[in-house]
Amino acid sequence: MERDALLREITILDFMALDLHLFLNTNPDDCEALEMYNDCITRSCELRQKYEADYGPMTAFRSHGQPGWAWINEPWPWEEKFNFEISETL
Amino acid sequence: MWIYEKKLEYPVKIKRTNPKLAKIIIAQYGGPDGELGAALRYLSQRFTMVTPQAIATLNDIGTEELAHLEMIGTICHQLIDKATPEQMREAGMDAEYVNHGLGIHPSGAGGAPWTAAYIQSKGDPITDLYENLAAEQKARSTYEYLLDLIDDPDVADPIRFLREREVVHFQRFGESLNIVRDYLGSKRMFYGK
Repeated sequence: MERDALLREITILDFMALDLHLFLNTNPDDCEALEMYNDCITRSCELRQKYEADYGPMTAFRSHGQPGWAWINEPWPWEEKFNFEISETL
Repeated sequence: MWIYEKKLEYPVKIKRTNPKLAKIIIAQYGGPDGELGAALRYLSQRFTMVTPQAIATLNDIGTEELAHLEMIGTICHQLIDKATPEQMREAGMDAEYVNHGLGIHPSGAGGAPWTAAYIQSKGDPITDLYENLAAEQKARSTYEYLLDLIDDPDVADPIRFLREREVVHFQRFGESLNIVRDYLGSKRMFYGK
């Protein structure tokens, strides 16, 4: 998968997980929401591993570094070039 | 503690320089109903909140607001990143240019710097949750006024996303208020015997 498509999928899954997370905070006994939440986490983790292998770390915390410390070299999220085009990918 | 994740909650990809839009969108960075105030309001209130549900809600919505602060900063940055001093002057941003160059500063649309007077942390769970319900609605209104004025779809798209989050947060705070009210109602008497 290309970088932008991968980042788009991760962004979608992480957003779904975050929204379900907030819902579960006030609805902790909702089994359906919990199932959806866990599904998002599983799928996002798989894609995140692929993304980090090819395009550098998504977080520098509690993860192994590689020679050259790619964390500082990859673009930052506030740069236009970091982000994917939402109108073309949707 | 917090962990930084190197991506935005929702993408921001703006192609056209437009300091005029940055001048008004900065309202949601450091203005009275902006994302900085939202994050600090909830993250400060959580210390005295009650019930596991409402504490988690303040902690986690406060954290999401930091991601929104980053999105608003990103929008303003991309709108002025390539602006010339002349374009800044034409957009009425000459005063901002003198004070901050092309930097992003937490101030409101009128240039007033962010102040803690914008937020409240009252140490009373019911009072704080009502404050937050109002705050989410004020932020939603601000995003709607911004959308009335934004003429670039690349800018309107992430602003629409942020507006929708205010609606969801209002919902979660409403649920928290009901939970806290039930909890306190069973524990405390405010009057009579």
